[in-house]
Amino acid sequence: MSNTLSFDYIVPGDDFTRAGEASSDVKHKLKKIGYDSDAIRRVAIAMYEGEINMVIHAGGGKVHVEISPEKIEMVLSDNGPGIEDVALAMREGYSTAPDKVRALGFGAGMGLPNMKKSTDVMEISTKVGVGTTLHMTVYAKR
Amino acid sequence: MTVNEVASVLDAEIVTAGDLNAEVKTACGSDMMSDVLAFVKDQSVLLTGLNNPQVVRTAEMMDMRCIIFVRGKEPTEEVVALAKQKEITILKTQHRLFTACGLLYSHGLSGGDRS
Ligand SMILES: Nc1ncnc2c1ncn2[C@@H]1O[C@H](COP(=O)(O)OP(=O)(O)O)[C@@H](O)[C@H]1O
Ligand SMILES: [Mg+2]
Repeated sequence: MSNTLSFDYIVPGDDFTRAGEASSDVKHKLKKIGYDSDAIRRVAIAMYEGEINMVIHAGGGKVHVEISPEKIEMVLSDNGPGIEDVALAMREGYSTAPDKVRALGFGAGMGLPNMKKSTDVMEISTKVGVGTTLHMTVYAKR
Repeated sequence: MTVNEVASVLDAEIVTAGDLNAEVKTACGSDMMSDVLAFVKDQSVLLTGLNNPQVVRTAEMMDMRCIIFVRGKEPTEEVVALAKQKEITILKTQHRLFTACGLLYSHGLSGGDRS
């Protein structure tokens, strides 16, 4: 017996218009459970920016989400190019996104810093040429 | 004011209706969705010139009630379908972003708290 729910999603890399479907589904599920609304907002923001990153920087990926009464854990993993300098990537305004991504409303270099700010724990493991995995945790009550 | 009143202040066409009687107090205007996700707190109206489904996704993540497309931008079918599904109102106004924001501000909407 466990009171943890878990969900898995594939984030397709070739379709920018579909980015955010996983976050939307998780948000919907959390609302239905009656989860703390501030925690829902923080999960939605962090996961959505993460999904967008997987689509624009890594050719897609997958998301694993675990929901328990105490916390929500998200694992976003991709087989993209990896991040060479994580400290630099974490800086507000740093972005390698091409102009065509900026024309779509992203690529301002605000994603990773906002994910960090929105979550209680965020860990990045990444290897150039292999991929990136992001672990994020949001506690039900901050 | 209500979403309905927002529409009349902006001479806007209602493209798809969510809750038109929803009370809104704050708004933000931006074409950069990352900024909306980073700086918006409880704003319930988004004014934008950007026209793609991620505008609706962003509004959804931030629990916004109403999206206003400025400069007469015709929202794509995908945008309208997603907004319908999420029960978010879409308005279309001929005003430019600055003017549309100014009109709403002068009718009592504010930019909300700074985070
Ligand atoms: N999943 C990823 N795979 C490879 N690189 C990434 C990934 N996520 C982020 N990055 C790198 O980190 C930079 C900063 O990310 P972020 O803060 O989200 O800004 P933006 O996405 O707007 O460029 C990106 O421009 C990119 O170089
Ligand atoms: Mg990003």
